Amino acid sequence: MVNELREAAGKLLDDGKVDLVIGWAKGSLPLASTPVFISSSDEADQLVFDSTCGNNLTVYFTKDNKKISRDRKKVGIFVKGCDSRSLVLNITEKQLKREDVTIIGVPCSGVIDTRKVRRKAEGREVLEYSQDGDTVTIKGKEFELSVPLEELLSNACLSCLRKDAEEYDLFIGEPRKFSGESDPYSDIEEYENLSADERWERMNEEYSKCIRCYACRNVCPSCYCNVCFVDQNDPQWIGKTPEITDTMIFHIIRNLHIAGRCVECGACERACPMDIRLLYLNRKVAKEVRERFGSDTGTDLDQKPAMADFREDENQDFIMG
Amino acid sequence: MSEWQPKILAILCNWCSYAGADLAGVSRMQYPPNVRVVRIPCSGRVDPLMILKGLQSGFDGVLVSGCHPGDCHYISGNFVARRRFAVLKPLLEFVGVEPDRVQFSWISAGEGERFAQVVTKVTEDIRKIGPAKRLVKGA
Repeated sequence: MVNELREAAGKLLDDGKVDLVIGWAKGSLPLASTPVFISSSDEADQLVFDSTCGNNLTVYFTKDNKKISRDRKKVGIFVKGCDSRSLVLNITEKQLKREDVTIIGVPCSGVIDTRKVRRKAEGREVLEYSQDGDTVTIKGKEFELSVPLEELLSNACLSCLRKDAEEYDLFIGEPRKFSGESDPYSDIEEYENLSADERWERMNEEYSKCIRCYACRNVCPSCYCNVCFVDQNDPQWIGKTPEITDTMIFHIIRNLHIAGRCVECGACERACPMDIRLLYLNRKVAKEVRERFGSDTGTDLDQKPAMADFREDENQDFIMG
Repeated sequence: MSEWQPKILAILCNWCSYAGADLAGVSRMQYPPNVRVVRIPCSGRVDPLMILKGLQSGFDGVLVSGCHPGDCHYISGNFVARRRFAVLKPLLEFVGVEPDRVQFSWISAGEGERFAQVVTKVTEDIRKIGPAKRLVKGA
């Protein structure tokens, strides 16, 4: 598959269809691949794709890199299922134009959470990581482990239903269609059934770990305001301390800002240095949006973002009668 | 020591709910003095951050009120606001904030009596659940 990937990128560049290809390359550490920008076909042999390619590359079209879309460069980009939904969302939000981007889908079987790998290695340093189908081999000094991929997958991937891109120009291999119905939110429902005190306790436990590094925001392709509400200080709406009330409000508001815009790729959770289960809030919001407004984020180029839209006869059971 | 009194932040839209509150006042209707009113142009102007900031800085509850659906001075401000509240409310409950702490209602300029009723109900609801402890700064 890697060869096909490199050939596809090389061909796009050689044919002049794109000026730049964004993909993943082998990183300097065994568990993390790194984003790579390829502008000529002889560099294309750096490209890889495996379960360590967790970055959602769509982020390079927004944020400080808006230049890419502003210059209207023709860009080729490799996407997993979730990345493609991010890309579609950003196109519907007019952050880039569909015709400026060549979307290359890759077959995704989920990406790993490096912390789960380290936990398996029980603190020993992982020096080598290789994957063969559904089995992963981790090697280090004086140890070698064989683990099913499933046990190492990022939490976001465990509940993922649309693994492959649905909007693409090229696909490496054969895309699988939307796998259909199952209940992706059973964990959230379980959580909802706890008592309010228990939920508050658990949330406290999670969010008191937050050090306000904003890695979750920076890695998110849906978070691209020029001035983020947490950086704004005149007026300063939100406290900058790591006190639980400030961190919790930060996370609640961030989740409301990406309500109906989060594609549940899990990049935030993988980027979190404190191992916070960030997806609980994201997925709660996504569940509400899906149930109430019936929208599935990033699956339709003509869709208006849920929170910018409305129907007059909507359910308003939460409003005092 | 005197009995604890809830302090409630009421965010009211300029065109309907604020006028409704005014009508309640000029009609000399009785309602609990626990609300502190903030007037905003439209319920669509309400950023959830305003509500959370209210809770954080010591209010025991927040009431947000706008024009009835279809009556918005800006045509669709309250429809957009409604979607926002529809997500905010369950999210707050999800993290463990009491459901009655933050409430929404529609009150028109002619509903002075309804304003008095809503304020009475919200005050009683919050009196029942007691002083806010969650999300409060320094708690």
